Amino acid sequence: MKDDETQNAGRQVHPTPLLDELEDGPWPSFITGIKRLRDEGSEGNQKMMNDLLGQLNHSYENRMGYWKGGTVSVFGYGGGIIPRFSEVADKFPESKEFHTLRVMPPAGYHYTTDILRKMCDIWERHGSGLIAFHGQSGDIMFQGCTTENTQKAFDELNEIGFDLGGAGPALRTAMSCVGHARCEQSCYDEVRAHRTIINKLLDEMHRPALPYKFKFKFSGCANDCVNAIHRADFAVIGTWRDDIKIDQEKVKEHVAEKGRKYTIDTVVSMCPTRAISLNDDDTIEIDNRSCVRCMHCINVMTKALSPGDDRGVSIMIGGKRALKIGDLMGIMVVPFMRLKTDEDFDKLEDFAERVVEFFAENALEHERVGETIDRIGLPAFLEALDIEPDPNMVNHPRTSCYVRTDDFDEEAAKWFERKAREAGLQISAE
Amino acid sequence: MKDQPNTPRTPDEVGVPDPFQYMHPVMKANYGNWDWHERPRPGVLRHVAKSGDVIYTVRAGTQRQMDVFTIRKLCDIGDKYADGHVRFTTRSNIEYLVADQGKVAPLIEALESEGFPVGGTGASVSMVSHTQGWLHCDIPGTDASGVVKGLMDMLHKEFVQEKMPNRLRITTSCCQINCGGQGDIAVNVQYTKPPKINHDLVANVCERPAVVARCPVAAIRPAMVNGKPSLEVDEKKCVCCGACYPPCPPMQINGDDSTKIAVWVGGKHSNARSKPTFHKLAVANLPNNAPHWPEVNDVVRRIVEAYKADAKHWERMGEWIDRIGWNRFFEMTNLAFTKHHLDTWTGARKTMNMSAHLHF
Repeated sequence: MKDDETQNAGRQVHPTPLLDELEDGPWPSFITGIKRLRDEGSEGNQKMMNDLLGQLNHSYENRMGYWKGGTVSVFGYGGGIIPRFSEVADKFPESKEFHTLRVMPPAGYHYTTDILRKMCDIWERHGSGLIAFHGQSGDIMFQGCTTENTQKAFDELNEIGFDLGGAGPALRTAMSCVGHARCEQSCYDEVRAHRTIINKLLDEMHRPALPYKFKFKFSGCANDCVNAIHRADFAVIGTWRDDIKIDQEKVKEHVAEKGRKYTIDTVVSMCPTRAISLNDDDTIEIDNRSCVRCMHCINVMTKALSPGDDRGVSIMIGGKRALKIGDLMGIMVVPFMRLKTDEDFDKLEDFAERVVEFFAENALEHERVGETIDRIGLPAFLEALDIEPDPNMVNHPRTSCYVRTDDFDEEAAKWFERKAREAGLQISAE
Repeated sequence: MKDQPNTPRTPDEVGVPDPFQYMHPVMKANYGNWDWHERPRPGVLRHVAKSGDVIYTVRAGTQRQMDVFTIRKLCDIGDKYADGHVRFTTRSNIEYLVADQGKVAPLIEALESEGFPVGGTGASVSMVSHTQGWLHCDIPGTDASGVVKGLMDMLHKEFVQEKMPNRLRITTSCCQINCGGQGDIAVNVQYTKPPKINHDLVANVCERPAVVARCPVAAIRPAMVNGKPSLEVDEKKCVCCGACYPPCPPMQINGDDSTKIAVWVGGKHSNARSKPTFHKLAVANLPNNAPHWPEVNDVVRRIVEAYKADAKHWERMGEWIDRIGWNRFFEMTNLAFTKHHLDTWTGARKTMNMSAHLHF
């Protein structure tokens, strides 16, 4: 027996003293799972995972990573595989290639046990047996595959109806919340919006040719359960324009159950625009013109309050993390777009296409669209997308006087024309 | 002679799969027509549709990086005790959907007996959303999965009960790119030294102009070193962010003396009450102490305990600190406020207190 190997179930395996420390405690252990693949997995899984554990323990010892990237792809696609080659393959040869397949999940992350078992069977045959539900990119991460088996694994996953996600300078895998499928707070059909946009732009995902990554995320309401505003270049957030719906009897029941003080402290006082008051008879009154659709009162009083009926989406553009100019959240660019009819969805799809096209044509290499907007200014972006400025886009108007305003009157005329047009449309609709 | 190469299979570009084929029939039947929900106990949601139909959700924590045996065990539980339909949350919890209330208790029992904690709903500490780490990433400073295992072992009780003021969302990231995202508490690698450059490799491995362009503070410039084209770093300008390392691996940013961990607080994605916020620095320079990261756990524990003890019901971490002030936050958590907490990046001025509002 070699020095660096130890006996396990009659076979020689790498000792993993540091990883062994991660098997105690009440939370499920990823190490215990990987060891089971090493000890009981398919023949391919066993060899690969023994060396994988060896390399991981080596990382824990030296506090260094030992993977490098490269180029691996499947026939017909330019992205979707994250190649990993070991820098310590001489010590751990069986996991020298440990690529990940990024696979797009169904919108809303719904599965049957049957489809999960099929995925397991495929990955046990062609990969390592290790799958992450899900990576931070939103993909199912099939982690650990040799270059040779990458195509086989993808072919079989593709045959059961799954496709590769995004990687590199490309359209990335999107995420949508559970939404319409289970949540009464959902303000639009997230599945339809998600699939309409991504499947229309799929070529940008499979054949990376954008300046840098571009991400869509879909949240059914302002609770933003998929973290779209921080993390997506194009965030679609459900909202409504009419009044919050109130069931006053349920309000009274809530007050009776939770108490008046608790209701005042947690609902009335926490409204960010002081739009709610509690009446003497334990019903509530909402000043809907002041409400900002933040969702708080609806979150607290789930039975009594719900979003209004005139529902649709807000679109925020430009969210991303630190690289390169610093963190950016999406900017409110479309305060409201109705999203009910086929025509509404066509309009959303068209807008998404135009934003991605603008990004493709105007962003610098390795620049996210939020950085492009910072570089050129929001007015130039709006003009390119043919969007009129709206007070909902700002916290407050500019404070800097360094601006040339000699066409102010023409711009003001546009505003009044738009207001008159909107008023006219409303009258004719009635 | 070798066999003729097989004709490669052309992919079927199916895109985002249709979820309706996997969705629980009650959810499918009531799609877009839900009325209200409640949480009968931690880890369980009860949603009622306008039709009167009811669906129960039982949520359990997983280790995210799952072996096929674990997934099959979760499937067995789903077939035996639930209706065979599951979903995953953004934070890698598994959710079982069941139409029959009678199935809820046995399902919970089965999950718990197999070691999957049931919880993560409402005002709890849900699973840490995290990155790949040493297991798979090409630029990791630490192993998020290991850090998370330690954190969730420590916070297990807060996962299975709903006794926090509001939900508490933790993230971990293995470098400053911060793929783990914003959090009420974010545990992120924070480098403390400029990259160490292997000048023999730069010319062959790195596209030098692209690396120069990647630096957020213009600290990298082309240079001839030992007669070879390479890159050099102005170490006075360098902010040790590691952005040059992915496009140029010979600019090694990781190392025992440089890979440290910082803890950030008060990030929030939701628009409920206050607008979304970024997390703010609480403490830096914690050691990258695998396999248990005790110094990180200790800081996180102190922050969680202070928040739990002092925040009002429904206040998120950042909202709580806004109310009590940073003075009190640093006092209650026994952390130091230093010059490094004063932002120096673009827009820093807007983070300063330009008022006479004070906390004492």
